[in-house]
Amino acid sequence: MAERSFKREVQKLRLGAGEPFHGEGILAVTKALLESGVSYVAGYQGAPISHLMDVLTDANDILEELGVHFEHSASEATAAATLAASVHYPLRGAVTFKSTVGTNVASDALANLASGGVTGGALIIVGEDYGEGSSIMQERSHAFAMKSQIWLLDPRPNLPSIVRAVEHGFALSEASHTPVILELRIRACHVHGRFVARDNVRPTFTLKDAMEHPVRDVSRIVLPPSSYLHEREKIEKRWPAAQSYIRDHALNEFFSPDAEDFGIILQGGMYNTTIRALELLGLSDAFGNTKVPLYVLNVTYPLVDDEIQRFCATKRGVLLIEEGQPDFLEQNLHSILRKAGLRTKVHGKDLLPMAGEYTAAVVTRGVLEFVELYAPRFIQRDRLPSVVRPQPRPAAMEALDRQVHPRPPSFCTGCPERPIFTALKLVERELGSHHVSCDIGCHLFSILPPFNIGATTMGYGLGWAGAAAFNTRETDRRTISIMGDGGFWHNGLTSGVGNAVFNQTDSLLVVVDNSYTAATGGQDIPSSQAENPIRTTRLSIAGAVRGVGVKWVRTIARTYDVAGMRDVLREALTTREKGPKVLVAQSECMLNRQRRLEPQARKAASEGQRVVRQKFGVDEDTCTGDHSCIRLSGCPSLTIRPNPDPLRPDPVATVIDSCVGCGLCGEVAHAAVLCPSFYRADIVTNPSAWERFVARVRLAFIGFLQRRMART
Amino acid sequence: MPPRAITIAILAMGGEGGGVLADWIVDLAEHGGYYAQTTSVPGVAQRTGSTIYYIELFPEAAVRAAGKDPVLALMPVPGEVDIVVASELMEAGRAVQRNLVTPDRTTLIASTHRVYSMTERTAIGDGRVDAESLLEGIRAAAKRLVAADFAEIARDCGSVISAALFGALAATEALPFPRERFQDAIRRGGVGVDASLRAFERSGEVRARDLPVPDPDVIRSAVERLADYQDKRYAEEYLELLQPIRTADRDGTLLRETARYLALWMSYEDAIRVADLKVRAARFGRVHREVKAGPGQLVRIHEFLHPRVGEFADILPASLGRWLLATRWATSMVARLAGHGKVVETTSIRGFLQLYLLACLRPMRRRSLRFVREQEQIRQWLALIPPLAAENYALACEVAECPRLLKGYGDTHERGVRNFVAVMQALPQLRSCNDAAARLKKLREAAMADESGQKLAEELACAAAH
Repeated sequence: MAERSFKREVQKLRLGAGEPFHGEGILAVTKALLESGVSYVAGYQGAPISHLMDVLTDANDILEELGVHFEHSASEATAAATLAASVHYPLRGAVTFKSTVGTNVASDALANLASGGVTGGALIIVGEDYGEGSSIMQERSHAFAMKSQIWLLDPRPNLPSIVRAVEHGFALSEASHTPVILELRIRACHVHGRFVARDNVRPTFTLKDAMEHPVRDVSRIVLPPSSYLHEREKIEKRWPAAQSYIRDHALNEFFSPDAEDFGIILQGGMYNTTIRALELLGLSDAFGNTKVPLYVLNVTYPLVDDEIQRFCATKRGVLLIEEGQPDFLEQNLHSILRKAGLRTKVHGKDLLPMAGEYTAAVVTRGVLEFVELYAPRFIQRDRLPSVVRPQPRPAAMEALDRQVHPRPPSFCTGCPERPIFTALKLVERELGSHHVSCDIGCHLFSILPPFNIGATTMGYGLGWAGAAAFNTRETDRRTISIMGDGGFWHNGLTSGVGNAVFNQTDSLLVVVDNSYTAATGGQDIPSSQAENPIRTTRLSIAGAVRGVGVKWVRTIARTYDVAGMRDVLREALTTREKGPKVLVAQSECMLNRQRRLEPQARKAASEGQRVVRQKFGVDEDTCTGDHSCIRLSGCPSLTIRPNPDPLRPDPVATVIDSCVGCGLCGEVAHAAVLCPSFYRADIVTNPSAWERFVARVRLAFIGFLQRRMART
Repeated sequence: MPPRAITIAILAMGGEGGGVLADWIVDLAEHGGYYAQTTSVPGVAQRTGSTIYYIELFPEAAVRAAGKDPVLALMPVPGEVDIVVASELMEAGRAVQRNLVTPDRTTLIASTHRVYSMTERTAIGDGRVDAESLLEGIRAAAKRLVAADFAEIARDCGSVISAALFGALAATEALPFPRERFQDAIRRGGVGVDASLRAFERSGEVRARDLPVPDPDVIRSAVERLADYQDKRYAEEYLELLQPIRTADRDGTLLRETARYLALWMSYEDAIRVADLKVRAARFGRVHREVKAGPGQLVRIHEFLHPRVGEFADILPASLGRWLLATRWATSMVARLAGHGKVVETTSIRGFLQLYLLACLRPMRRRSLRFVREQEQIRQWLALIPPLAAENYALACEVAECPRLLKGYGDTHERGVRNFVAVMQALPQLRSCNDAAARLKKLREAAMADESGQKLAEELACAAAH
């Protein structure tokens, strides 16, 4: 069960020709896939395309009606390899994952796919997670397109353009026998907009047809001598075929191309930002009627030489708006113009920053500088937007700047991963600090305060691999590695566990088993505990680990048991027993748990059944405001408030309403011998008659003593 | 003036319903003859990090006139935002810091409540930022400011903050839609409609409120506290101890701070005090309020106690306590009895009696081991102040504040005592320097900088170097 349900939205996928579609970009892409007669879809979740996977999951029945097969791939490599179905058969297939991290994982399969080429349209939809809010390193998918000869679509970020890109993506792929990457920037994935729908199309040639009438063509298989032929075919056949398709179907767009003797060439994805910049400078209206000629590259690889020559022939200079580095497009543009003998001056990274996100502010500055070079008369100095007008900052605002702290993401309220790191902190107090190798997932938040645990993260599922070198008999100090259940099934079982067994390492791996790929939005995996009608779940991580030969395996079935967790960690780090050690720390992701249980509890209570709600609290008059409890937890629900005691200047700890009663506060107070201020309240709704009777008796007795106390 | 988009930025923290608010606005606009585009960058920010939702609205009439769809931006441009909605005070500050709020055009709707940052929460003492300068900053930055505790309004209405903020937005009339249309959007949303509408209504009339700054009478509350802690006589002793400070005081600071920390030290938290506070009727009432227990519901309160031999010895008669700590077999026996962490249900007769009987030991406290120990240390510290005040008043004031380091229980308290002793031992050296007060303050802050005591060690080392 994914974190967000699209059950209601997916009904929009049934819209027919002429009906208006309102919704999120991701949903529009799914609709476009169905309108294009796709036969199979696969992928691996990760922002910003997690929702695409969730949409497809919730739409599975609609997909089945159309004979479309959908898979949750084990990894991006699996997803990319799935496209092999389009090599010999006229089957349209699409896969999706987060880029560039997912594309890195997929690149082996992508390279082989691109070498042999495809018969049916093969579309790779990547969510380009670059810039603000990005959770990964800053790289470009563009490099993958170039190295493997895969065409790269970067459509204008509005729904009609994105839908059009999907349709033409398949056609382009078929016309040039080449897989196509559709690059969607993070904001485009989440953009809410509208487009006019068309009817869904059931593929004429189906998976069934292919399986019942298999064909093979050895010239499509990557093995010399075929691979030598593929390399030539890419240049001699597929490349020109692609360029002519792009030209003939006007995939790239010109806006007022001959208005001036200078112009702007831009990635499709940068279009809205560029228009806004021009609008602010008085060079365009809100509808994109621009005074400055624009050549919009909805296809950023390959470039179409003659289109570029045509656009530039009449220009003294052009500005290339290309986000990210290296400046692949700029170099490409230079070579095309020089070969054609055109003198058009090329601006780009000289007026715009080489690296980093091209925000509206950045682009506006760049465009302003460019226009000032070629047509200063266009610029009304007195009407410039404030973003390009440096202004002195009032003192009040400077004072404010000092008060604003960064607020990075962190473990959620009641997160079962938090106690693991609490226990780790407590163990390190006893045994000293250890080298900790981290992985990708929510657990990576351990590197931030209050835990400050973890030294490196080498990639998804590579937590234990990241500690491989620390394998020497010269010390008894063991390293600790962290891995999530998601990363474990993605590749960690082999790259981490198998590797550790084979190389006889003597270190500890903690597998965080929270029943979902939580960081990407709670999708199911083989070890998920939920019943999933279309997937096989409830497989054991401990079993898998033993299967590859780990002898020392422990399971903590309740991570909130901090003392227990601490003791097992201590044992793992101090036992005389050599060899790889795996601790499986289990507790369901609280975000998903609450989503599952809350409605049930509410229903039960309203039906008059007995329901117990647990909540923690801090006694304000015994709390001395040291906040050790917070430093060992960091739970969003465990915070501070002004001290009601006029004598005490320091704020007291407090538990706010969002508390889900996970129990960590109490466990920490015990395990770390903190303070007696924590209490747990069990609030019983619809108590039994006996319960009420006992409560009355107790109340009478306790009330008597309390009144007696009050008198003395 | 050519038609342009209405630009709206929502700054919220993950899980706060910023998305819901954005969806309401989109729905409102699309039913009100407007084009609406919204984007966000959730990524992992959905996990309590700060997030920005950005919305642009465009009149459909203008679209028909132009016969062309508008090109709407996917991110806010600094200085070009009409409406900013911030779900918390520091997030409002972030909006100003990012220049999304500008005096020439921005209507800022900000909730003044605080969701403290990790840095603020994990400080050993008081790490809170200055809310006042945040408020002044956003006041200076906005063309129009609507600031109030919308979280509280939402709580009172049993709703979520997004509903309260939506109501405030409607009240500003910054959007070209009548109030009813806003309510229709909430109804179409179909989730928690009634509560949302209540919060929507309530937040309609709010005015910005400044945070009250209380100025308590320290000595009066100290006297009450000590009478409550021990007895009237104890409170009188306190006033006597304070006499020499009164005469040494010049501007009130010395007296106030000494009075504060003397009272806190004299009412140190031992097992008797904790039990006393836990079993009170008033406290039971407070817990009921805090957990929002309804009339028909039962509440059972469980305490997390971790009695240790030391704390046990503390409340024994001094001689007996010393003997216990000195005697191996007795210590280990008590340790076994005390055991590890205990969870005691105060709402059960058995659990209540345990704490109640402990609380009844109050009259015997005067003879207890810890009482004797603390009184001796208190007098040592107090004796330092008057002569010091004559020689270096500022330094005396700093010395008066040093017991701030003594807090917590168990290990935390031991750490505090260690730091206090270390700082006080540095005093004789400091006396000779001319900036002694500043140095002592530095030491005290260093002691509260980290748990490992590393910062303090560094500061002491360089203090010794001088």
